[in-house]
Amino acid sequence: MEFFIQLLVNGISIGFLYGLAAMGFVMIFKSSSVLNFAHGELMALGAFIFLVLIGWAGLPVYVAFPLALAGSFILGFVVERLFLRPLIGEPLIYVIMLTVGLASVFKGIMLLIWGGNLYTFPDFLPAGLAIHWKSVNIPPVYVMSIAIGLIFLILFGLFFKYSSQGIYMRSVADNQPAALSLGVNVRKVFALSWAIAALVAGMSGIVLGIINGINVHDLSSIGLKVFPVVILGGLDSIGGAVIGGIIIGLLETFTGGYLSTSLRDVVPYMALVFILMVKPYGLFGLVEIERV
Amino acid sequence: MRKLRFHPCGNYKEKYAQELTIFETDFGRTSLAVGLVILFTVVPYASGPYLIYVLNMVAITAIAAIGLNILTGFTGQLSLGHGAFIGVGAYSAAILATKVGVPFILAVPSAGLITAMVGVLFGLPSGRLKGLYLTIATLAGQFIIEYLLVHWEGLTEGTMGIVLPGISIFGVAFDSDRSFFYICYICLIVMTLIAVNLMRTSYGRAFIAIRDNDRAAEGMGIPIFPYKLLSFAISSFYAGVAGALWAYYMISITTEPFNLGLSVEYIAMIIIGGLGSIAGAIYGALFITGLNEGLRWLTGILMSVDMLRAVGASMAPLREIAFGAAIVLFILLEPRGLAEVWRIIRSNFRLWPFSY
Repeated sequence: MEFFIQLLVNGISIGFLYGLAAMGFVMIFKSSSVLNFAHGELMALGAFIFLVLIGWAGLPVYVAFPLALAGSFILGFVVERLFLRPLIGEPLIYVIMLTVGLASVFKGIMLLIWGGNLYTFPDFLPAGLAIHWKSVNIPPVYVMSIAIGLIFLILFGLFFKYSSQGIYMRSVADNQPAALSLGVNVRKVFALSWAIAALVAGMSGIVLGIINGINVHDLSSIGLKVFPVVILGGLDSIGGAVIGGIIIGLLETFTGGYLSTSLRDVVPYMALVFILMVKPYGLFGLVEIERV
Repeated sequence: MRKLRFHPCGNYKEKYAQELTIFETDFGRTSLAVGLVILFTVVPYASGPYLIYVLNMVAITAIAAIGLNILTGFTGQLSLGHGAFIGVGAYSAAILATKVGVPFILAVPSAGLITAMVGVLFGLPSGRLKGLYLTIATLAGQFIIEYLLVHWEGLTEGTMGIVLPGISIFGVAFDSDRSFFYICYICLIVMTLIAVNLMRTSYGRAFIAIRDNDRAAEGMGIPIFPYKLLSFAISSFYAGVAGALWAYYMISITTEPFNLGLSVEYIAMIIIGGLGSIAGAIYGALFITGLNEGLRWLTGILMSVDMLRAVGASMAPLREIAFGAAIVLFILLEPRGLAEVWRIIRSNFRLWPFSY
């Protein structure tokens, strides 16, 4: 029973991380319906920026963290500006293949600079954050990941519901020509959504890096695990991303705990195929109804 | 007998049949025939063993790339599992050859059929949805197949790999690289012919209609779901045949090469070659195989010099950067790929000196 509860806690914490990673992905999909295959690489880049700032530049955490997030934000902005803006109006398939190419370039660059080694951040979280309840231990990182996940969920909810930029984004996602004709600056919306997505990706990369250490291969494979999460939650639902993340996280830890550790990494993809067969628009996704 | 006709300097087509011909001019037809004769008589004897190896790999890669181009370039569905499907083909051929004892000439097409069936299995869920869900389903397929290849040890021997028997067709042994050259290129020509002619049939035109506008295609009476599945099955069949040839050529196969990286490599190929062009897939295969061998050659040279060993060791990431950059640059600068570049060069000659 204790094992079960520990697995449950681990699953939920990992799930929040997946949800956090998936939020950035959904952000891009919601505004431009692009599947971003470079998401894992954006996560890894954010983590490495943080590593450079905290490790080699020796900055304190409370300076390095916002700086790393700002770096990710600018990175997302630049990527959109250089690579995606020229493709506005081209068929989506080109944009998606472009992100596949970008993923490969980013991964190569990171491998060139840092190699395939595992790096760890210096320990900086206060031990007081940890939660002990009977025999169940929740390490401080997990507490932090859950807290960050919840904060961002609320922030995004408010952003999309009340801020004018958020409403513009929703309008662009809903009907791009109509949004254009009503004077929404679609380019600005795309740029902003990529920048925010890169910021969220960078942050989830940093949190994952604190837990598992940072390694290019690991982080980019987690970037692909975003797909089962968002398919389960619904491709265009921010809340669905978190719930999907938790379900996938639980599925993974329970498979790893009770069945086999090698099956652990494949189970999300099996779930993906199953969901596509049974409930293709996910739990909270918008069902597209087309009328001709 | 007709006179040998060159390209006209404008569009003078009067019938649909003229629009559909494979060779617009007799010049194209004769030059291709001459090219094929040279390919089969001069090339295998004029080139050394290394060059023959590279050419064989080009042919095998080209078959798989044509398959991916039928799916992505003509039907507008992106697959991220092509590498795994090639693996399915390779393993089906290996298992059929070793455990069942099927001869080469049957093993290759049946490996293709098995791969097509596996492909349909992963295509099924995405068929219900519009948009690029097939991409996501094939991504899942890539990981699940990779897992099965490694862990279904009763069938695939896991990480041990399988050693295939030598090739013999009706008692004639094909055991040298040079004899395999003929097998590869005959397969490539047959598969290319099938693909080119497929695109002239109503099926091929239905694929193109789905790519260009799926709603309009449905309105014209094309059932989208079966056609998408069919396109995916054909594409997997090509991957399976390429995988089977690959397995026979490599003699022993392991699960390692059939990873996501290989799938991305194939996407790079069809983008570089030209989406929606059969010839483009072959150019892309040539380009990427050439790039691979060039980088390997460069690594070898760098590793042999003491001072540059560190540079040589960093070639693996450089290879990744090169593929990614090729994808990105071609999409941004020439989205129709090498096939379009070749067409522009040709039409420059054709319209010279009045190429306005």
